Amino acid sequence: MHEVTIGIAGAAGDGLDKSGDTLARSCGRLGLYVYAYNSYQSIIRGGHIWLKVRVGDEKVYCHGDNLNVLVALNQDSIERHAPEVQEGGAIVFNGDRIKCDESLVRKGVQVLALPITEITGELKEKYGPIKPIMQNTIAIGAVAFLAGIGLEEPTKVLSDTFAHKGQEIIDLNIGLLTVGYEYAKKNAKAVQSEWNMSGKRRPFVTGNEAIALAAYAAGCKFYSAYPMTPASTILHWMAAHQHETGILVKQCEDELSVVNMAIGAGIGGVRSMCATAGGGFALMTEAIGMAGIMEVPVVVVEVQRGGPSTGLPTKTEQADLFQVFGASQGEFPRLIVAPRDIADAYQATVESFHLADKYQLPVLLMSDLLLSEHPETVDAESFSPDVKIDRGELVEKWNESDGKYRRFRFTESGISPRALPGTANTLYVSASDDHDEESILISDMFTSPPVRRKIMEKRMRKVENMLKELPAPELEGPKDAEVTLVCWGSTSGVVKEAAERLTAQGTKTNFLVIKYIAPFHVKEVTELLSKAKKKISVEVNFTSVMAKLIKMETGISMDGHINRYDGEPLEPQEVADNVKRLLANKPKDLEVSEDEAREMVYHYLRTHGGEKLRPVKVIKESSNGHGEPVWNIEIAERVTGKKGGSMKIGIHTGATYSFEKAES
Amino acid sequence: MATVIELPVDTYKGPVDPDWCPGCGDFGVLKSVQEAAGRLGVKPENLLVVSGIGCSSNLPGFIHAYGIHSLHGRSVPVATGAHLANTDLKTVITGGDGDGYGIGIGHLLHAMRRNLDVTYVVMDNQIYGLTTGQASPTTTKGHVTKSTPQGNIESPLNPLALAITSGATYVARGFSGEQKHLVDMIAGGMAHKGFALIDVFSPCVTYNKINTYPWFKERVYKLEDKGWDSGDFYKSLEKSFEWGDTIPVGVLYKTDMPTYEDGEPNLHKGPLVKAKLGADKAVFKALVEEMI
Repeated sequence: MHEVTIGIAGAAGDGLDKSGDTLARSCGRLGLYVYAYNSYQSIIRGGHIWLKVRVGDEKVYCHGDNLNVLVALNQDSIERHAPEVQEGGAIVFNGDRIKCDESLVRKGVQVLALPITEITGELKEKYGPIKPIMQNTIAIGAVAFLAGIGLEEPTKVLSDTFAHKGQEIIDLNIGLLTVGYEYAKKNAKAVQSEWNMSGKRRPFVTGNEAIALAAYAAGCKFYSAYPMTPASTILHWMAAHQHETGILVKQCEDELSVVNMAIGAGIGGVRSMCATAGGGFALMTEAIGMAGIMEVPVVVVEVQRGGPSTGLPTKTEQADLFQVFGASQGEFPRLIVAPRDIADAYQATVESFHLADKYQLPVLLMSDLLLSEHPETVDAESFSPDVKIDRGELVEKWNESDGKYRRFRFTESGISPRALPGTANTLYVSASDDHDEESILISDMFTSPPVRRKIMEKRMRKVENMLKELPAPELEGPKDAEVTLVCWGSTSGVVKEAAERLTAQGTKTNFLVIKYIAPFHVKEVTELLSKAKKKISVEVNFTSVMAKLIKMETGISMDGHINRYDGEPLEPQEVADNVKRLLANKPKDLEVSEDEAREMVYHYLRTHGGEKLRPVKVIKESSNGHGEPVWNIEIAERVTGKKGGSMKIGIHTGATYSFEKAES
Repeated sequence: MATVIELPVDTYKGPVDPDWCPGCGDFGVLKSVQEAAGRLGVKPENLLVVSGIGCSSNLPGFIHAYGIHSLHGRSVPVATGAHLANTDLKTVITGGDGDGYGIGIGHLLHAMRRNLDVTYVVMDNQIYGLTTGQASPTTTKGHVTKSTPQGNIESPLNPLALAITSGATYVARGFSGEQKHLVDMIAGGMAHKGFALIDVFSPCVTYNKINTYPWFKERVYKLEDKGWDSGDFYKSLEKSFEWGDTIPVGVLYKTDMPTYEDGEPNLHKGPLVKAKLGADKAVFKALVEEMI
């Protein structure tokens, strides 16, 4: 496979998303595969944004761990990411405003300082002054050359993007793109040019867009939400398209209202969905049990982000499994499904509506920030509108002569044929108190232990029946592997690539992706894992929650765990290295690395009014009275390079021991 | 306008009799809801009664209609969802002061500002009855309850003032001891296009020994008897603060404003529940193409 990874770095508000979009859509139209990840901060302006766009001529399953081309939109970005650009790569920036110190550049990396003023002279004459945000388009032009995707497709994408703004804006942007492309062509060597371009046009979609589109295909008629990252883009898509889709989109006063409205709509008789992040879901939990006892079909999407509490609103994590698993008091059937990628998110959403209706229960679809917010090229065939909609056992007509209608009839399947309000002769109450077959409460005036036993058994029978129709997980990769990686959700892409890398390097590795969390394929997973040699869980959380669930359900323990909980997704080499470490029985190194020390200094300077300074040298030192070894970091003034101060950071604890500003 | 065929009150007789304490004000409210539905000719299958949790919230179990007996404080959003799914149903929300003005107040305010076309009947007994007598949001100052043994130190909430300022378009008060009048209030609310809040004095004979039937009988008077003009926002608001030796019941405020349903284009073609299922192929194709 040929591939190239482009990183675009700048401040929020620099227009990075648009630039990345132009690039990624161009690749998607050429038949190349793209996986992008935007590591952004939860502020509207300022702060550091880091968008990675990985392009391959075969399917790419994650954002990877390469960096071949860096587009730096400010000085900070050069300093933080220039050293990551690999040999043969290139660094692109506005040479009029930004400097790239040679010491930051690895050997064999091209430095392309775009002389913006000089190359935009003609455009300025024709269209007026070139705004700072326009430098992005020039840079994208340069990248189009460096990445070997040509000028034609990005030109078309820009024409489409600015179609609503008129021809002059289109011409200006194409002009900017072209000068960037031509300058790079004249002054640099392409980083990648040997593409096998199939020409197959693929949508460039986020997980949230796929979930929303799937809801439309599945016949969803009601969507309620309260804004919360990283679920909000489902609301945005739903709201933007409500006229075409006919879906009633309701923004509510809080998540309590969101889920209760969705359940109300479910009772009213339409397919309904709501979505939120972990914090919002915490507010929804009581109602999940209500949908359980009332046997109401409803789809609730929980997009995980860094927790606990407000946690890391714009960062990824997979730590909400037990919140969703244990949501609400008491016991009731629920389906919890965690799709692994964007195509799967589409399929799982369609399936969620189907199973919610068929089994009359709440379906909890678990996503995570990475899956929900990263865009990726997906084959258009993955999004099929040909969905067979089966509302399950519905009573459409009931004559008085049919006898008394019993909403919660005790059946072998556990499914009681459901009549919708408005139907004659089938009146009942959907009650949050437990009830008998006719929906009369058994909680108060009329208590009845045997009726309670039988309705519990009726409801719970749905679980075993549902499990039978859910596909069991299978091992992927070599059967005779010595290592089996276990994961869930978006981490599967990274794990797939890590397993392939390990296998190629001689450590045969396969992997297991758990998609159905409840009900759980106890028998199948037990069989698979009891035969596996070295079992390692790979999760973006601290406590290996999926490994815990597997142990709870099967009694099988993992031999090791790989975890990441700094808000960023795992990367393939990181997983591979950790597998090797675990095989060698080595403990995890929790010390602050040199790179991390540098990052911590940037954070400290940014939050203590030291924007004019930057770390230049990081030296390891003995404890010096701090009780642990420390990183001693030399800090310099950005513009002059003069000594700006020093800082000491504990290598074990990460404590900031001192920050001394140099006297100016 | 279609002719209304009134239905007898027995049409709505529920499967089981209420388990409220003998003498509870809620009996009168149940009967009034049944009579109001009958007066408007709402067939039982087209009547949806939604409640939360509390003594009064058991009402859907005692009436022959579709019912939702939801969570404490959540009757309003559940009813909103069900109503928006099927606007052909006549949706009546029933519950108590703790359910509606305490734990559920947030939802109530927003439903009122949306001017959703539903009717909310609050059985206001100024006490938590089901939990055996603690102070509620409408318990008066100084009232000794199980949770306020030294007397309530908080001021009561004024539901009518709140409703008028929040955007409800039919704001009324009834008294369970004046049943005929109460039927008028509820039927008026159900016939009204927009959000109707009917606060009903529904005495708790077990746990509220202050705000009793005789206490109310001595004080309430009917606005209708005084030729009240319910169309003046500010006068109605001022009137809503009358509380003491005289307490008004009746339609305090009524106005015609566009409803939430009027503003929602996806409801203009009829109830969602009757809409065609599944995606339109051409629309779907365009949505995918947008992503390329």
